[in-house]
Amino acid sequence: MSKINLSVNLCNIPLNNPGILASGILGTTRALLKRMVENGAGAVTIKSISKEPREGHKNPTVITFEGGMLNAVGYSNPGVEAAAKEFSQLNEIGAPVIASVIGTQKEDFVRVVEGLSAQKFSAIEIPLSCPHTPGFGLLAGQGTPQATFDITAAVRKATSLPIFIKLSPSIPELCSVAKAAEDAGADAITAVNSMGPGMLINIDAQRPILSFKVGGVTGDALRPIAIRCVYDLYQSVKIPIIGVGGISTGRHAIEIMMAGASAFGVGSAIYYRGIDVFKKISDEMAFWMQERGITNINEIVGVAHD
Amino acid sequence: MIEQPIMVKICDIREESPDVKTFFFSKGNLRFEPGQFVMVWLPLLDEKPFAVSYLQNDVAGISVLRRGIFTQSLHDMKISGTFGIRGPYGRGFDLQPGACAVGGGIGMASLATLADRLPDITILQGARTASGIIYQNRFRGMKVCTDDGSLGLRGTVIDLLPEQLKSRTFQKVYACGPEKMLYRVVELCNRYGVGCEASLERYMKCGFGLCGQCDCSGQRVCLDGPVFTSAELSVMEDFGKMEITKAGERVIHK
Ligand SMILES: Cc1cc2nc3c(=O)[nH]c(=O)nc-3n(C[C@H](O)[C@H](O)[C@H](O)COP(=O)(O)O)c2cc1C
Repeated sequence: MSKINLSVNLCNIPLNNPGILASGILGTTRALLKRMVENGAGAVTIKSISKEPREGHKNPTVITFEGGMLNAVGYSNPGVEAAAKEFSQLNEIGAPVIASVIGTQKEDFVRVVEGLSAQKFSAIEIPLSCPHTPGFGLLAGQGTPQATFDITAAVRKATSLPIFIKLSPSIPELCSVAKAAEDAGADAITAVNSMGPGMLINIDAQRPILSFKVGGVTGDALRPIAIRCVYDLYQSVKIPIIGVGGISTGRHAIEIMMAGASAFGVGSAIYYRGIDVFKKISDEMAFWMQERGITNINEIVGVAHD
Repeated sequence: MIEQPIMVKICDIREESPDVKTFFFSKGNLRFEPGQFVMVWLPLLDEKPFAVSYLQNDVAGISVLRRGIFTQSLHDMKISGTFGIRGPYGRGFDLQPGACAVGGGIGMASLATLADRLPDITILQGARTASGIIYQNRFRGMKVCTDDGSLGLRGTVIDLLPEQLKSRTFQKVYACGPEKMLYRVVELCNRYGVGCEASLERYMKCGFGLCGQCDCSGQRVCLDGPVFTSAELSVMEDFGKMEITKAGERVIHK
């Protein structure tokens, strides 16, 4: 049996496999990050952190449906000061840890990046794409090429760590936003955040289920959109892409890598397949590769392109 | 399991104490295990976890302590009013005969269906004062204590429990209540060599192990718990010490 190599190098960050815990899923505490690495994640992302603490939206905040999930958590987080305490001694986590940083003004992003600079994060991810939190992401106009350029450039000056810009699948100018991020010095594109917003109504209560009424769609329903976004981005930017959206099996992971992703993120699938979803995905990828005589995962990146 | 809330109609309401009401609803073909919980939704207001405290043929009940706007709104509801439920969620108790249940205040609600299923169980319930004691008619042999001595023995369940543990060998101790109490119950059980299962409470969001809000030392209280064994609790550093606020900040447990 030939040795299957799942390790990748993402912006000079070595990962023992390309599966990354997506932001906002179980990344609330150091202990949970550690548990995800013990369960096979190649890297982990913390829940997005803002300058000040935020309670987020009222419940219901996350709801499942036949094709995936709808969430409007509203960026609840303890703020940068408490986060810097929570996410200390990151070398003990066992895999690279990515900081997710949010803000309403470009100065806020810089403040949070500086506030976390004493901790050993491996990269900074900047979501400019949340569809359901006033003041942030799409609802604050951060998903335009100009805003993306400005915010990326400001963060570029504040850190030497790799910067990942996380984009929305729900904007027509996806590729020009990605190019703006690349031009401003981003090191990778994370594609994608949740799509929509969408809505689910309880017909007996005659009311939307989420307290914020609308929320981002993730899981299975998002996968074909995410695959298409990664495919398009692969042709428009030179920097690596982290593919996120509806990945829950090894075959899905291979699919998004064939579309052009150098690594992939997993969120909703933790619900569908359990906390050891990363182990399962790695095993399934290795099995698929074994059967086809592919030994190095990097060989499949972008092969779906003509 | 119900993933999206279904609206259920209140078919009966019982006053368990001045501050606790039980709301009964038709449970359809839902199955609950003792110790599991449901997310209860009041449209336009909020959604919160409650233990299922009664299971009788077709009917289930939740016992609600009035403590904020949400629970006040529930208390204001009348028969044939509706609320949403989804679930059941979480890992419940592992039932064994020859056991003891220790409840503090409204924590008794999580232990109630367990006690219904284990006829030989010894029940201890403690509260600050007489008006905090619930289910007195439901569990006739229940041993009761209050901090002020207004009902039953004066003292806490922590004062009562050692005597019980000395007098006979329990197969297991089940506990639910304030976490400081749980911590001491577990300590006592360890000292007397009895296995213990305690049900924890944390602020929750999704209820199914995805959002990370209810973390306790890497364990998701909503899915890995809410019931944990003493062996599991012994390696959970936050148990009895730290909890996580709505905003996700780690704070000292009240
Ligand atoms: C409950 C929940 C919370 C999320 N919170 C965040 C967040 O704080 N920051 C962020 O960048 N993305 C957040 N996301 C989006 C995910 O990181 C990911 O992009 C999305 O869920 C698509 O991946 P999936 O289909 O594997 O879940 C959240 C998603 C969910 C379901």
